[in-house]
Amino acid sequence: MHMADALVTPAVAGTMYACSAAAAGYSIYKVRKENDPRKIPLMGVMGAFVFAAQMINFTIPGTGSSGHLCGGMMLSALLGPYAGFLTMIGVLLIQCLFFADGGLLALGCNVWNMAFYGCFLGSLLIWKPMMSAGTNKKRITIASILGCVVTLQLGALSVSLETLVSGITELPFGVFVATMQPIHLAIGLVEGVITAVVLCFVHEARPELLWGAKGKEEGRFSLKKTLGILAGAAAVIGGVLSLFASAFPDGLEWSMEKVAGTTELATAGGVYDTFANIQEATSFLPDYALKGSESAIGTTISGIVGAAIVLLVCVGCCHLFRFFKNQKCIN
Amino acid sequence: MNKIDGAISQFQSMDSMAKEDRWMNQIHPSIKLFLTVLFIGLTVSFPKYNLTGLFGMILYPFVLFQIGELSFRESLYRLRVVLPIVCIVGIANPFFDRAVVTRIGEIGVTGGVLSMLTLMLKAVLSVLASYLLIVTTSIEKICYALQQAHFPQILVTEVLLIYRYISVLLAETRRVTQAYHLRAPGQKGIAIGAWGPLVGQMLLRSMDRAERLYQSMCLRGFDGTFHLKEKSHVRRTDILYLLIWTALLLILRLFPVLEWVGRWFVR
Repeated sequence: MHMADALVTPAVAGTMYACSAAAAGYSIYKVRKENDPRKIPLMGVMGAFVFAAQMINFTIPGTGSSGHLCGGMMLSALLGPYAGFLTMIGVLLIQCLFFADGGLLALGCNVWNMAFYGCFLGSLLIWKPMMSAGTNKKRITIASILGCVVTLQLGALSVSLETLVSGITELPFGVFVATMQPIHLAIGLVEGVITAVVLCFVHEARPELLWGAKGKEEGRFSLKKTLGILAGAAAVIGGVLSLFASAFPDGLEWSMEKVAGTTELATAGGVYDTFANIQEATSFLPDYALKGSESAIGTTISGIVGAAIVLLVCVGCCHLFRFFKNQKCIN
Repeated sequence: MNKIDGAISQFQSMDSMAKEDRWMNQIHPSIKLFLTVLFIGLTVSFPKYNLTGLFGMILYPFVLFQIGELSFRESLYRLRVVLPIVCIVGIANPFFDRAVVTRIGEIGVTGGVLSMLTLMLKAVLSVLASYLLIVTTSIEKICYALQQAHFPQILVTEVLLIYRYISVLLAETRRVTQAYHLRAPGQKGIAIGAWGPLVGQMLLRSMDRAERLYQSMCLRGFDGTFHLKEKSHVRRTDILYLLIWTALLLILRLFPVLEWVGRWFVR
């Protein structure tokens, strides 16, 4: 999944560097706050271990092929999300310098696609909640496989998006995604199984080494801070990348244009008019730009506002869900 | 040579090349790092149909290979990782972008073919630039340059530690896999039953090694940061090198220099 320099434009690379730097800054702050000097050499040796373990080919049963470990999920399960993330940055930097696996300019993209999802989302939203109820082989296996599959899918989707926004390939987005996702589903499953068996072994031999296992005080999951990082990333991606959004029709509009000759179907009638009026009254960003503004600033503001609205809707839905859940419990 | 042996020899050869006493190796690491990032940034910023403009950027690796007395053939080995991925992404372009954008004599060249070639050339040039950096600058010097650029100390320390232990752990991995394959001859990889114990044992040994490493570092006065001995000063030659290359690269990026040169000869 390593992206080469040629696959991104400087604007996309810069934006992704900014996003990765924000996550790295927060991770450094957390690691420093932990104030555990043992962690620095441990991170170094674990980074080298992941590098070495990637060289081992694992035979995939029933097929003639073999797979290898990527390591993001494993590192965060052993070191925690923050130290794991920083270790992955070191591994990716050395891979890009010595093996041309990824590029210097695309390092921000690669850190985001491979380290951020694996270490932050995988460990904070999948590993940690599952382990908080107690650690056993079943939970470790499910968390590892689910974590690897979900984070690799997100990483592959990000690769497609970054390539699309960079305007590198003429391949339609749908086709690109349809190619990338199934391949990474298979890779995620294999990596998930490898991670699971190794972590199960560690659980049997030295369970205290696993991060987030019940009874350990360190690394408490802070929903507010995780949402803060995600909100910052959403604002940067929405605000900066939207400047490079394509003016061409999207897949659905393209299909409609081919079938009907227009991207917006002519409709009339009472129900349509009623909803159109409601939309006209509430929409302050027609076509994602400020009313009467065709400028880049308008696009940027639209991107940020859009990201904020989506975030607010998500938070609102979560609160509603919790409210109804609590009501149900009281009743 | 298997994958692990290949990685070990690649590490050793790059490390020894970076530590040689050549003119290119003497240039200040911060300047080389800056120029590499600038070159890659300018190279990938070329529009997708501007193949002629991009050709001008070949000048940078070409001159550096010459003055650095480096083998171009060895650098080609690195392209095996990047080119297949770039080809997969770029190969679709000729099928989707069929508009003829230029002509070579009677032959029409479509936008798709042009953008595919541009993409491939960008990939080759960016890989060569990072290769030129790593074979003329040791990892300690690169870390020193990163430190000078106010890169977080914790990351610099970690990159150095990872680099230092990669060769140790690669050698250990080679021993472990060799021992496994001697007991399971003819088997392509590691069987599923051995995945957990084999990698798990290696993992636990690595963690114990980290603990011993920490203790020995503490005995030597480790305070959480590495103090790099690479304290090189920026010389006049370095500044001249930086100015010349920055000016040249910007001119090559902003002006159609190759077209101007061509017009002198073709009218």
